[in-house]
Amino acid sequence: MGIDLPLIWAVIIIFGVMMYVVMDGFDLGIGMLFPFVKDARDRDVMMNTVAPVWDGNETWLILGGAALFGAFPLAYAVVLEALYLPLILMLIGLIFRGVAFEFRFKAKPAKRHLWDKAFIWGSLVATFSQGVALGAFIEGIKVVERRYAGGALDWLTPFSLFCGLGLVVAYTLLGCTWLVMKTEGPLQQRMHDVARPLALVLLVVIAVVSLWTPLAYPQIAARWFSMPNLLWFLPVPILVLVTCYGLLRAVARNAHYTPFLLTLALIFLGYSGLGISLWPNIIPPSISIWEAAAPPQSQGFMLVGTLFILPIILGYTFWSYYVFRGKVTHEDGYH
Amino acid sequence: MSVLEALDLARIQFAFTVSFHILFPAITIGLASYLAVLEGLWLRTNQQVYRDLYHFWSKIFAVNFGMGVVSGLVMAYQFGTNWSRFSDFAGAVTGPLLTYEVLTAFFLEAGFLGVMLFGWNRVGRGLHFFSTCMVALGTLVSTFWILASNSWMQTPQGHEIIDGRVIPVDWLAIVFNPSFPYRLMHMATAAFVATAFFVGASAAWHLLRGRDNPAVRKMLSMAMWMALIVAPIQAVIGDFHGLNTLKHQPVKIAAIEGHWENVTGEPTPLILFGIPDMKAETTRFKIEIPALGSLILTHSLDKQVPAMKEFPPEDRPNSSIVFWSFRVMVGLGLLMIFVGLWSLWLRKRGTLYSSRPFLYLTLWMGPSGLIAILAGWFTTEIGRQPWVVYGLLRTADGVSNHDATQLSITLVAFVVVYFALFGTGLGYMMRLVRKGPKPSEGDHHTPGGPGQQHTPARPLSAADDYQAEVN
Repeated sequence: MGIDLPLIWAVIIIFGVMMYVVMDGFDLGIGMLFPFVKDARDRDVMMNTVAPVWDGNETWLILGGAALFGAFPLAYAVVLEALYLPLILMLIGLIFRGVAFEFRFKAKPAKRHLWDKAFIWGSLVATFSQGVALGAFIEGIKVVERRYAGGALDWLTPFSLFCGLGLVVAYTLLGCTWLVMKTEGPLQQRMHDVARPLALVLLVVIAVVSLWTPLAYPQIAARWFSMPNLLWFLPVPILVLVTCYGLLRAVARNAHYTPFLLTLALIFLGYSGLGISLWPNIIPPSISIWEAAAPPQSQGFMLVGTLFILPIILGYTFWSYYVFRGKVTHEDGYH
Repeated sequence: MSVLEALDLARIQFAFTVSFHILFPAITIGLASYLAVLEGLWLRTNQQVYRDLYHFWSKIFAVNFGMGVVSGLVMAYQFGTNWSRFSDFAGAVTGPLLTYEVLTAFFLEAGFLGVMLFGWNRVGRGLHFFSTCMVALGTLVSTFWILASNSWMQTPQGHEIIDGRVIPVDWLAIVFNPSFPYRLMHMATAAFVATAFFVGASAAWHLLRGRDNPAVRKMLSMAMWMALIVAPIQAVIGDFHGLNTLKHQPVKIAAIEGHWENVTGEPTPLILFGIPDMKAETTRFKIEIPALGSLILTHSLDKQVPAMKEFPPEDRPNSSIVFWSFRVMVGLGLLMIFVGLWSLWLRKRGTLYSSRPFLYLTLWMGPSGLIAILAGWFTTEIGRQPWVVYGLLRTADGVSNHDATQLSITLVAFVVVYFALFGTGLGYMMRLVRKGPKPSEGDHHTPGGPGQQHTPARPLSAADDYQAEVN
């Protein structure tokens, strides 16, 4: 067969997860920024910037899970079994976060602070456990004869915990710059103030991961530092620095849109870096996308529909964002 | 700790999360279509009452939908976290079906939900109606795929097994497997009936408190037409579904009937009530009607229905549970048909909106559809045991290798979180129901509009809700 189905499916899943990271990233970031904003009406505004779209954003996570199930069932089975506890924690966090969207506006004013807390802690727990799961995934999963062969707590390592913190920083920056774009007045100013330190911390996080992974994993070191790979991949770290510089400049001149777009670029670059380190393994450190692939009958069947439907999904997702474009303000609908 | 304990815990965890989950989509499926009908009628007739009802139910829909989304996300990951052997074995078939559900249904619902709930002043009437219809369509498409997947696990076909794993051969055969059409019809109809009774009970509650207005009456009227017409149809579909099960999963039927052995030459009786005892291989204290089992299940007076003892003990599902869960479902179904008929009689006499005994019964029947759905799913899923994929993979061989400690901790977490959060959510839904439809609600214009620089915030803002309650 001429078409490399596992390759195409890996690309689709990478794209889906990327969409999730970016889109739910700013939703979750908003939750983690709640503690920095005390005013209830400002919090309303923050939540309202994503209320019409968060649900669609989270759907990309479901797509990631389902497509992995269909296209790489072995990876779905082994990775999810190995990361059982962090993933369950993530799901519970997402439950708290998700219901808070509706419940916060339904609760009596006296009880609303409870749902603010649910929103904050839900976002934080979900993000942190996602980061931990990602870190554990990068570190690799022990597989013997198509089964997870590690223990219940193998995921718990200094590196995975660090990745948890790193993702918290990344999503918070996304949420922060999203709010810079979607709000105005004092709230926007507050976000402008937070953006700079957040961007610097994220740069440190990226630097630490970039050093830690090649030092700890010779495979990853070989991928990056052998010739001619080094030349091919060199633009990634350089672009990270350039983007970060641009981001700080944009924040300094109080730009509205640029900080968010540059944060997106930064996240994309970090994500590409991870991709370069792991490719083509879908269960690091040694099971590749071709070994874990579902039979072509499955991947082909899924592909036909996906290629047709995915552009339509992107179309109406874009339309929905377009309908709800512009700044969100206090007076909208609250009187 | 023994393997059995971990397996039981894994099953309890899955049963718990999926049972909670199914309640929300059932109401979502019903309400989405109801909202589409309401908006369509409003656009057609321009009667205010339809628009008032739309606004009233869309708030309840929003809360319910949110809970459905978050509890559903758990399901999408639990196949892998809790049933990794099953996922590796059958992922090539169930994975693509689930992927299609996400692509064709979840995105559709989520993509248009924002406009449906918050877009009244941002898009034109036609486009808004289109969004509502897309959400409703999404719920039905979702039903299609998830039931295709579930039905394939009940009556698998269109595959072959290579290296101990399922390989799809014929996707049409997989999707349209023998039990799929019946299960799909039965579940979709169940969602509509359950929603009708939920809506009907809400109307009855208001009427019983003397809060009589055209919108409340319209709610009750529409709900009772549904009950009258669709509840009997559901009984017929259920009968066909039962016959289909008899053909493909005879031991499930035997367990449902608590039927242990046939006497040569005699038709099978129907056991109305009794207590099936799996160890003693008999049904105790049974009240039975001669030959009725044969009549219902074979539509004849001489053919016998398969009995439990014809199957090896390790292949028998737990009759003690499915015997009763089935009777709960059927009992509630008959009661629903009765309510529908009573409503017709009262309608003819002109006392539909004032008969207190009827309104009380309708009120108490509010959760009946949801209970019947749970009972039905318990019957069909526990009746599938000891298989996870019928005849191909036993449940015990599909489970992940977690120890009982891990599973206990997560199970407790799920139970606490689900009861606390979804309990609160149901409380909010009930509070919205108690407020009732308000005339001309949602007519006031919030600032902004298509192409304007202001996003009108949620029409469902708490400030409004709370105000309405205080008033």
